[in-house]
Amino acid sequence: MNLSAFLIRRLWQMIPTLLGVVLLVFVLFNWVGGDPAYLLAGKMAGPQALANIRHQLGTDLPLWQQLLVFIQQILTLDFGNSWATQEPIAQIFRTRLGPSLTLLIPMMLLETLLAVCIALLVAAFRGSWLDRSLMVVSTVLMSISLLVYIIVGQYVLAFLWGWFPVKGWSDHWAHNLTTYAVLPILMGLMVSVAPSVRLYRTFILDEINQDYVRTARARGLSESRVLLVHVLRNAAIPIVTNVLMGLPGLLTGAFLLERFFAIPGIGREIILAVERSDFPLIKAATIGVAVATLLTNLLGDLLYRWLDPRVHLD
Amino acid sequence: MGASNPDLATPSSANPPREEEYSAGLWTLAWRRLRADGVGLISLGVVGAYVLLALLAGLGWVAPHWSAEVGTHYAPPSWMGTSAREPDFATAPQPVWPGSVDLYGLQDPLADLLARIHTEPGASLVLIEAPRRTTLPLGADKWGHDVLAKTIQGGATSLQVGLFSAVLATVLGTLMGALAGYWGGKVDDAFNWLYGVLTAVPYLLLVFAIAAVLHQKGTSTLILILGLTGWTGVFRLMRSEYLKHKSREYVLAAGALGASHWRRMFLHILPNTSHVILVQLSQNVVGFIKSEVILSFLGFGVPVDAVSWGSMLNEAQNELILGKWWQLAAAGVAMAVLVTAFSLLTDALRDALDPRLKS
Repeated sequence: MNLSAFLIRRLWQMIPTLLGVVLLVFVLFNWVGGDPAYLLAGKMAGPQALANIRHQLGTDLPLWQQLLVFIQQILTLDFGNSWATQEPIAQIFRTRLGPSLTLLIPMMLLETLLAVCIALLVAAFRGSWLDRSLMVVSTVLMSISLLVYIIVGQYVLAFLWGWFPVKGWSDHWAHNLTTYAVLPILMGLMVSVAPSVRLYRTFILDEINQDYVRTARARGLSESRVLLVHVLRNAAIPIVTNVLMGLPGLLTGAFLLERFFAIPGIGREIILAVERSDFPLIKAATIGVAVATLLTNLLGDLLYRWLDPRVHLD
Repeated sequence: MGASNPDLATPSSANPPREEEYSAGLWTLAWRRLRADGVGLISLGVVGAYVLLALLAGLGWVAPHWSAEVGTHYAPPSWMGTSAREPDFATAPQPVWPGSVDLYGLQDPLADLLARIHTEPGASLVLIEAPRRTTLPLGADKWGHDVLAKTIQGGATSLQVGLFSAVLATVLGTLMGALAGYWGGKVDDAFNWLYGVLTAVPYLLLVFAIAAVLHQKGTSTLILILGLTGWTGVFRLMRSEYLKHKSREYVLAAGALGASHWRRMFLHILPNTSHVILVQLSQNVVGFIKSEVILSFLGFGVPVDAVSWGSMLNEAQNELILGKWWQLAAAGVAMAVLVTAFSLLTDALRDALDPRLKS
């Protein structure tokens, strides 16, 4: 099957899923959520004020019309204004994406690099005390809550020892990256490296038992060359896909880091929206992240095919 | 299933002959393998102890009054002793309530009323506060709550949420996976669509969205949210198990003997997938406990009159600046030990139930 036909088919298949997400979000916020007018009007609202708010929000329309309005909002990428700050939703996401990426891209790169190195190391010494003790250490490390890492790290490293600023953000991305993002990235790595090491270790061990590795060894290649060139190149296929698949989750997964370190990113904005019952923002974020997830999954499949020609797409 | 394995058929003549007629079942074999696994056995013991403690705390036999103010303000752990620098609140003279307070030269309009309340016979019913302790085994928090009791009760809350939501998610996932995998076709398409929709949104974002909409905090709400959104992993695995098993000979034979679809699905296939279910259940408990802690920390989880490790960590965040680290340490260590034990138990269960995986 050629590439364009594959792409068209996959994009076509996304439509029912996306419609499902739209329906899920709509049911949650326009039906389960009840009447938002009471939320917005405050404690002492007359019937006239409530009716006014309902009219402004469009919640006085029948449900099917509200659904059409919502779909129209999605197609035009115009989700209106935030209920809490009256800032246009589109602008909120545009301005919050930069800080999120400044935090997440270095974190993702470092995590992958560290995890692959450690996984190669433990795979090279598989079954030895090094392998076993590193696996136990990683199980313990990933059992400690990210909350504990952040609270202790912020207190000890930033507050007591003064190595980093406790929290904050500036207008220059280079300054942010070298000053403000360092501690959050470090804390994020504490919990994210260990699960990746465990996963990548199994990927590498899967490859180590293959025939081509025995052949390479029989040809008299050094163990490091076998591991770094032959095994790693093949194990890279699931690793790269795994990294790519984790991207959309990262975007929201870093909300704790963004909240603690006062980084004006998307994750922090979502938490604020949940606290303020800012429904339009949560709706837009959910739809946006769902689209991003579906697209990265597709990209992951394409990359898989490109890296491993044996894989057939169907 | 493992009858052909020569290691497992123990040819011991000492056994009474009627026992040799049966080969050991899956669970007996799994238990034997788990017993031989030291790490697995220890983690099983730790998890068992936590569950027992949570059960006793839930029944009110252990640490029933976590919200009683038994200690002084930030009483340190006993083994640290009371530090001399700390003002001793217990022995400090308590301020005596005066009959009237001079507020900016104004006479307190309630002074007469208060004086009457204090002199009337009902005054003897006023709660006389028990002397507060200056140290507690694990210290006290801002209000003088015993941190040890809080940690035990918080563990009970977290375990309750983790276990019940994991059971709910596993039952839902198993049921849907069974239906989708067994029937295939349109049923499969429908469940796959639902699966695709729920997995398109990152898990915590979905949980947040539901928490934002529901507005009512409570342990049962939390269990419902986590359970109703967390079944996708179980569904995927169970669907593929049913796809694999439905055309196996034993299922076809059952069908030929006239077993109904329902009977084939839940009496024939389900027991053969029980090891997958058990491992998934164990894995889900860990995941849901972590989610509960994060949600409670952010204030979307347990209500204010309940305590959980998440709400303890939330308080501990501000206490640490004052140098009061014991609540953070208690909640953090208690959670880390449980999660480590549960993760190791999951690994041990997987090894014990599916020995082919162990290469």
